[in-house]
Amino acid sequence: MVQDTLARPAGTAEPARHRAPSAPWRFVYEYQLRVYRRTWRGSLTTKVLTPILFLLSMGVGLGSLVNSAAGGIDVDGRTVPYLQFVVPAILAVTCMSTGMGESSWPVLGAIKWVGTYHAVLATPGRVVDILIGHCAYVTTMVGLASAVFLVVSAGFGAFASWTALWCLPVSLLVGLAFATPVTALSSRLENDTGFNLLFRLGQTPLMLFSGTFFPVSQLPGWLQPVAWVTPLWHGVEAERALALGTGSLAGVLGHVAALVGFAAVGWVFALWGLTTRLRP
Amino acid sequence: MTDATGLDRPVAQPYAQTDPDDGVLMRARGLTKTFGDFVAVDGIDVEVHKGEAFGFLGPNGAGKSSTMRMIGCVSPVTAGELTIFGLDPDRDGPEIRARLGVVPQKDTLDEELTVEENLWVYGRYFGLSRAEVKRRTVELLEFAQLSDRASDRVEPLSGGMKRRLTIARSLINEPRMLLLDEPTTGLDPQARHILWDRLFRLKRQGVTLIVTTHYMDEAEQLCDRLVVMDKGRIVAEGSPRELIEAHSTREVLELRFDVVLHDGIDAPGGQDVADRLTGVGERLEVLPDRILVYASDGDAALATATARGLDPVSALVRRSTLEDVFLHLTGRSLID
Repeated sequence: MVQDTLARPAGTAEPARHRAPSAPWRFVYEYQLRVYRRTWRGSLTTKVLTPILFLLSMGVGLGSLVNSAAGGIDVDGRTVPYLQFVVPAILAVTCMSTGMGESSWPVLGAIKWVGTYHAVLATPGRVVDILIGHCAYVTTMVGLASAVFLVVSAGFGAFASWTALWCLPVSLLVGLAFATPVTALSSRLENDTGFNLLFRLGQTPLMLFSGTFFPVSQLPGWLQPVAWVTPLWHGVEAERALALGTGSLAGVLGHVAALVGFAAVGWVFALWGLTTRLRP
Repeated sequence: MTDATGLDRPVAQPYAQTDPDDGVLMRARGLTKTFGDFVAVDGIDVEVHKGEAFGFLGPNGAGKSSTMRMIGCVSPVTAGELTIFGLDPDRDGPEIRARLGVVPQKDTLDEELTVEENLWVYGRYFGLSRAEVKRRTVELLEFAQLSDRASDRVEPLSGGMKRRLTIARSLINEPRMLLLDEPTTGLDPQARHILWDRLFRLKRQGVTLIVTTHYMDEAEQLCDRLVVMDKGRIVAEGSPRELIEAHSTREVLELRFDVVLHDGIDAPGGQDVADRLTGVGERLEVLPDRILVYASDGDAALATATARGLDPVSALVRRSTLEDVFLHLTGRSLID
C-alpha cells in the first residue's frame, strides 16, 4: 500500500513534491493570469478603450480648440500641439487607474471574499510571494494597457521623439507607485466603502490637477507644491519629457526616483499590512 | 474491500523516511496563542503520531481553529513549543507546508474557475509540474466523486461538493498529514456521510489526520484519539471509548417532564422532580428541556423512577456519547 512512486533526487531525503519550490510567487502570478484569461474581455474596455476615448476627446477634440486659439501649449519654452502635451498624461493616468484598480477590490476580495491568499498560505507560498506575484501581475496589466495605448497614440502622431519608447518602462513604475500603496490600504480595509472614497477623493482630483490636462503652473500658487508630492505628477512629467524629447536626463531620473520611492514605501506597508492581516 | 472506482490506491502519503524517528509528527508543549488580552489557546500539550486520526473536540471558541492555524504555520506561536515533522514552523513554514494538506474551515476555492482548474492552480503552488498536476487531478476528482463535474465552474456546486473539492485539493501534494478544520460544518446529513466515507478511506490508507470538530458523532466516527478543548485548555484526552468510560456511564436515560418544561427546574415542582430522581442513577444533568440520568442500566433507572411515582412525558434510553463527556467536563453543551 505504501509506495513512494516519485523518484527522490539524489542526495535529498524528501521527494520533490514535499520540498518547498523556489520562488513560489511564480505560481501566484500564473494563477492571476489564468483568472485574467477568463475575464480579459470585460477589462478591455477600461484598460484599452477608456484611454483611447480620452485621446480622441481631449487630444484631438479639445486639442484642435487649444491649437487654433493658442497655437499649441507651452512646455519648457517650446510650443507643442496639445495632443502631444496630453497623450503622455493620459498614459500616466491609465497606469494609475490600472495600478489602483487591480490593487483595490481584487486584493480585498482575495483576502476576504474568495480567500485566494489564504489558499496560497496553506501551501509553501509566503506573504511576500503573494505580494510579488500580485505586483508582477499588475505590472503585466499596466504594460499591456500602456503598450496598446502607445501604439494607438503613435498612429495619431502623438510623439515627437524616439525617446517616447522609454515611456513604457516608466509606465510600469507609475503603475507600481500606485499599486503598492493601494494594496497596503486594501490589506487594512474591512469592507469596500473605503474604495469609493479613494477613487472619488483620491483618483479623480489627482487625474484633474496633476499637470495632466493643463500645466501645474496654471494652478494657484499654494496648490502647486501639493501636485509635487503626488506620484501622478512625477509620472506625468517623466512620461511627457520622454514623449516630447524635452527635459533633461536628470529631471527624468528625479521623477523616476520619486516613483521608485512611492512604490518602495507602498511595498513596505503592503507587506506589513498583508502579514498582519493574513497571519494573525 | 474492493472499490468499483479502483480508488483504494493511496491518494495521500501515509509516511515517509524523513519523518521523525519517534513517529511524532506534531508535538506541542505549553502551546499558547493570544490576541491582545484574549487567550485563545492556553498552554496545551499535544502529540500526534504517524498514521493516527487525531481530533480536537470542543465548542465554538474553544481554541481549536487557533491551534490548527498554528499547526498549519499560518499563525505565529505566541509562547510554548511547536514542532511539525520535527521542524520549527517559525523557521521552516514553507518546508512544513510543502508536506501538509490543509482543509480550512471556510472553503477558499476560486468559484469563477472550474473544478479542475482549482486543482491545477493549487498543485502549481506546490511547484508540481503541469503534467503531474493533471495526472493527480484525474485521480483526485475520482476520489472526490467529482469527475463528471471536472470542467464545470465551481460556483453552482453544492456545499458538499465544494467541500469534497477542497479535500481533493488538499491532497494534491500527497500530504503526510492532513489538517481538517470543521470538515463537515454546515453540510446536510447526507453530504456529511459522503465526506466521512472519503475521510475514512484516507484514514484506512494510513494517512495522519488532525480534525477539529464540534460534532461528537464526527469525532467518534473519525478519531482514534482526541482531546476535549474548552476555553483554550485541554480538559480530557483519550480514545472516544476511553473518554466515555472515564467520564460517563454506559447508558443515559433522557427524561422530559411537563412541570419542568413549563416552570423550569428551579420552580417547586421542578425541584421536587429533581429531588425524587436523586440516587436513581449515578449522576444527574439538568438541561433546559430535559433531565439526563447517568446509569449503567438505563432501563433499570427508568423502572426505579417510575416506581418513585415520577411520570415523564417522554423517556429515552441511549448509550453515552462524547457529548455527555463534554457536558460532564464543562457543564455545557457542545453546540449552543
